[in-house]
Amino acid sequence: MSLKKNILALRQKKAIVEKGGGDKAIEKQAAMGKLTARERILTLLDQNSFHEYDLFVEHEERNFGMDDKVLAGDGVITGTGTINGAPICIYAQDFTVMGGSLGLKHARKITKIMDHALKMKVPCIGINDSGGARIQEGIGALAGYGEIFYRNTLSSGVIPQISVILGPCAGGAVYSPALTDFVFVVENISKMFITGPNVIETVLGEKISQEDLGGARVHAEITGNAHFYAMSELECLEQIKELVSLIPHSNQQKSTKVEPKKPTFKKNIENIIPSDPKQPYDVRDIIYALTDESKFLEVQELWAPNIVIGFGRMDGETVGFVANQPLYLAGVLDCDASDKAARFIRFCDAFNIPIITLEDMPGYLPGVDQEHAGVIRHGAKMLYAYSEATVPKVTVILRKAYGGGYIAMNSRHLGADFMFAWPGAEIAVMGPEGAANIIFRKEIMEAEDEDAMRQQKVKEYIEKFANPFVAASKGYIDAVIEPLETRGLLLHALNVSKNKDDHRPYKKHGVPPF
Amino acid sequence: MSENNIETPELVDFAVTARKYKTQLTKKFKNRKVWIESNPYEIQSFIPGTIIQISVNEGDIVKESDPLLILEAMKMQNRIEMPFTAKIKKINVTVGDRIPKDTIMIELESADE
Repeated sequence: MSLKKNILALRQKKAIVEKGGGDKAIEKQAAMGKLTARERILTLLDQNSFHEYDLFVEHEERNFGMDDKVLAGDGVITGTGTINGAPICIYAQDFTVMGGSLGLKHARKITKIMDHALKMKVPCIGINDSGGARIQEGIGALAGYGEIFYRNTLSSGVIPQISVILGPCAGGAVYSPALTDFVFVVENISKMFITGPNVIETVLGEKISQEDLGGARVHAEITGNAHFYAMSELECLEQIKELVSLIPHSNQQKSTKVEPKKPTFKKNIENIIPSDPKQPYDVRDIIYALTDESKFLEVQELWAPNIVIGFGRMDGETVGFVANQPLYLAGVLDCDASDKAARFIRFCDAFNIPIITLEDMPGYLPGVDQEHAGVIRHGAKMLYAYSEATVPKVTVILRKAYGGGYIAMNSRHLGADFMFAWPGAEIAVMGPEGAANIIFRKEIMEAEDEDAMRQQKVKEYIEKFANPFVAASKGYIDAVIEPLETRGLLLHALNVSKNKDDHRPYKKHGVPPF
Repeated sequence: MSENNIETPELVDFAVTARKYKTQLTKKFKNRKVWIESNPYEIQSFIPGTIIQISVNEGDIVKESDPLLILEAMKMQNRIEMPFTAKIKKINVTVGDRIPKDTIMIELESADE
């Protein structure tokens, strides 16, 4: 055969495998409102940037009638490409090929691209759409999952890992996304659970739909397993592009600097916070007033909304924000909020992203359910994450900073590099009402008019202690600043911190309260 | 951005220590389980499962640690024992029943009466 003929034969061979499970299966995928694995990759990556690996890999299973079954690419597409010019590694499970089921060769294609990503120090994106383990391959499928989890763990904190759930992801399969940094889900399409509704019904007699058990909304709002929630696949792919443009591509790099821009938010930063400390506001308005172009990519928006986390740019460079949200549960810290913030702080620290903390919190959430859910253990995660972090750490106390929450929200005592407080800040061991009740208990009880005395003592306490100047007099706060100065001072603080050099004692790894 | 947010959320009073704040509640918070002190005279299922054997009858006085029933769950036969000597007041399950977690399977009363 001439080379020309060989080339034509290659093209033909490729065209067949690139069809995945064939026209019928592709039609079925479309009928479910889903893109195919190949369409997803091509939509996400820059045009003509995708290069596929291992197109011709075949399974080796000989039992259960598998010996005469040809599975295109063994049900997964892997390769490299670029997103806005930045190189990444990617794999996408192909549901049209035997339900995207995971056999040993399928898994080995994935682990090969993961190894590649780790070696090349580029982000790794996994698109999950699979019925689960390929039962015919038995323990070979389990081995495959285990080998993926092992690499997820080795890559953790070295390269960003992104999981996209665009179909079912059940049983062992869910643990790879859980080990990665960001999980994306889409309404009506994503389903994640360890044991599905059928098993739960046969074994335990509990009836529940797939959607109610582990649909996109459940993971975005209730479990916190998902970080980004979209209404369509296309919206989801856009979210991934935005995230990839914001985060550094490995732990040896900083985020890509873009042209610095001024905030465009129209509200005056001085008018966002109500003067009555009991009234809420949306803390994201403060973030919009601070970031370049007033842009903010919120992470885990629906889960534990009493704390806000996410990325924005300051002077063209990415920073991570952690902010109490008085709009929900008065902005208290609870189990979920601590968990959410702690993991985010560790991501920022691992990937050289400075952390800006905006504080307005009344304390930890009281309640039997919280105590029994382990608020001590979960709350400790935040203390650990902030203390451990060596990236630049800046705190602005906007209003309330009481008690244990004051310590937890990146206080000076946990190693904050810059501590700013607005003039209305109340930095105290507890809220004035509670403090007055304890300190002046005797006076209040002995007074003729208890309520009047209590009011008077609360007022006294507010005047003497519920302000930023006690903390400032001890040097716990570096400066009491005007709200309008905030952005300028943050830019200055980040600039001063550019070469921050902070070390921790040598250790194999810490033992955080997981 | 919130400036474009047209929905007006419902604010409720939310007590954190001595002060009440105006805020919104989350779905998860609203659905949280309220703690109830457990009643020692109620034998509850600690796991969902199937009743495969009942060893006592209503009216029996049963000694501490004697078997009451077997609750099969996750392929394991769990022997449920008497927590203290008492009289069986009521049995709410029959063999073959598939029950959820926290079902009151057996009610007890003091053996002295």
